[in-house]
Amino acid sequence: MSDSKNVQAHWAETTRLTVIMLAVWAFFSFFIHMFSTSLNGIKILGFPLGFYMAAQGSLIVFVAQLFWFSKAQDNVDRKYGMAEDE
Amino acid sequence: MATEAKGDFTSNLGRIYTIYTGGFVAFVIFIAILERVGVPNNILGYLFVAFTIGVYAAIGILSRTMQVDEYYVAGRKVPSFYNGMATAADWMSAASFIGMAGTLYLLGYDGLAFILGWTGGYVLVATLIAPYLRKFGCYTVPDFLAFRFGGNAARIAGIVVLMSCSFTYVVAQIVGTGLIGARLLGMSFEMAVFVGLVGILVCSMLGGMRAVTWTQVAQYIVLIIAYLVPVVILSTQKFGIPIPQLTYGSVLSEIQAKEAALGVSAAASHIVPFARYDPLNFFALVLCLMVGTASLPHVLMRYFTTPSVREARSSVAWTLLFIFILYFTAPAYAAFAKLEVFENVIGKPLAQLPSWVFSYGKIGLIQICGVNAVDVASITAACGRIAGHTGILGLANFSIQADAIVIATPEIAGLPYVVSGLVAAGGLAAALSTADGLLLAIANALSHDVYSRMINKNAPVARKLVIARVLLVLVAILAAWVASGRPADIVAMVAWAFSLAAAGLFPALVMGIWSKSTTSAGAVAGIWAGFLTTLTYLVVTRYFPGFGVNVMGMYSNVHPITGAALVDIAKLKAEQPQIFQQTMVAINHPLASRVGYFNVANISAGLFGMPVGFLTMYIVSKFTTAPSSEMQTFIDDIRRPRGAAVMIEK
Repeated sequence: MSDSKNVQAHWAETTRLTVIMLAVWAFFSFFIHMFSTSLNGIKILGFPLGFYMAAQGSLIVFVAQLFWFSKAQDNVDRKYGMAEDE
Repeated sequence: MATEAKGDFTSNLGRIYTIYTGGFVAFVIFIAILERVGVPNNILGYLFVAFTIGVYAAIGILSRTMQVDEYYVAGRKVPSFYNGMATAADWMSAASFIGMAGTLYLLGYDGLAFILGWTGGYVLVATLIAPYLRKFGCYTVPDFLAFRFGGNAARIAGIVVLMSCSFTYVVAQIVGTGLIGARLLGMSFEMAVFVGLVGILVCSMLGGMRAVTWTQVAQYIVLIIAYLVPVVILSTQKFGIPIPQLTYGSVLSEIQAKEAALGVSAAASHIVPFARYDPLNFFALVLCLMVGTASLPHVLMRYFTTPSVREARSSVAWTLLFIFILYFTAPAYAAFAKLEVFENVIGKPLAQLPSWVFSYGKIGLIQICGVNAVDVASITAACGRIAGHTGILGLANFSIQADAIVIATPEIAGLPYVVSGLVAAGGLAAALSTADGLLLAIANALSHDVYSRMINKNAPVARKLVIARVLLVLVAILAAWVASGRPADIVAMVAWAFSLAAAGLFPALVMGIWSKSTTSAGAVAGIWAGFLTTLTYLVVTRYFPGFGVNVMGMYSNVHPITGAALVDIAKLKAEQPQIFQQTMVAINHPLASRVGYFNVANISAGLFGMPVGFLTMYIVSKFTTAPSSEMQTFIDDIRRPRGAAVMIEK
């Protein structure tokens, strides 16, 4: 694989990963809370689910997503020989 | 020799901070013992302040440096875990620590917009911006703009946005230290501001970013312990389970039952969404806070300090985890406090109110029947003046300031003063750590971007560092001087910083990295267009609403539940035409922050500025010469972690 092709492929895969990350982010930042009134009908441990998602659920997703992302992006970098030396 | 010692320091970080944490816990126990043997509260409070600031000062002095790299980016040696902690402290301000839980108490579900907005933004930081700026290897955010967008026009635009976001923000932190000192420790406000100024300078002046980093880690440990202890004890008392974040579910159920009994309408319940903000404003606020988070320079520059791009990424994840610990606890505070108020305050005879109501009424945080709840006699007199008042406290006659919730929780739980002192130390740590970061962002923009890059490019290193410190002290003194006047407006303006950063910096940062075709002219035009659009909306809706209505065709915002106009403009125009002629208006003016376009509240002004910024950047770039092939190569370079930094400082 030529160098410039490698650069392009690395960036294409990085972009794809980023788009996935942003889709998850948008879902848990906005989309799910549009239904909070109906979600509030479901109760878990006393928490109305709509309230719970905005107070904890989405936040947990964000944290998990970022740890996963830092690993996934590192794998992409390694795959194309773009990662830093340890 | 020096590097060897540094290696020792980094590899010993775990041990050092474990000992530090143990030492802090031992200190708290020591204070608890002093309280038992009868040492008065104000002495204990002073001991808390003296001990914590003393420790921060010691770290600051030990981390002093005369190297440019150490001063600006802590030598790029901060491991991701510790940088995460430092960034969390940098991020969580006096308002997060003291005010957030209270905001949730007052706004219920809609207050969660702040919880979501101030956490989700880190996803944007990690995916779109931070790793690429780290690879670039700059010292400041304007540095990146200047390099990518060819020159000082972009640098100056970046500096203007940075200053306008950061200065009001740092003033608010110093006001925060003043209020904490005054309310919790019985100092005078001015004295507490002075202590705050000293606390900030000892941490940052000698060691720059290096000192600020290691102090912020220490401050995070203090603030998170202080935040968790009261509510964990409260949860244990009530449920026997020390996890308030889980147990407040049943508190929410109890609150709903009480609300029904007290006649709170179902639409205004604590858990019902969109009662204070309509959906548009709720989501607009979430978006502005998130995007603002991803563009605030004092946050972004923290990721310049990691040893690698890889660590910059994982560092964002650690940051969010450490922030999450506080933010998912705040709604628990709000719920526990609300239940206490519903159970033991509302519906009680005035003479039987719990004593904490009066402790915080005395310092102006709780009003009953329109007066500060100083003692039973004064509120009885005030309520007596209300026709038909039965001597039983009703919901409508009770008002509590947002700041009271966290501060009052130790006393609500019946805990000894040592816990209140701990909370004060935590609030102080939150305010100081944020102030340090902001101050460094402002002073570095002045010393590095303005002085070293624009005025005297060939200044010797020693001179640069002296200038950097002089500017740091001057900015700090200026901020403390503004803060000492207790500017209510400035504190309210902190929320503006997010919209301004979101509209002014976010488009340029994202396009600079993700679009090779964005040109210098496009970026500069986009920064100004986004920034000025947002600033205009903020200033006009808040200070010149008459001008907004008369000249800019603005109209009234509407009530989120009823949909009715907040101000009847036609009626006001007929009855009080002078209202529309007044040039600058006060915050209690009938029109202030109540008019606008499309019902967008002024706190979400970034909603207009962001698209304007992106669009201007795109259109102007279309009509100007594309970036050179060197620049294209440079962009490729920052997109891959491997290889040397693009910009290497001498």
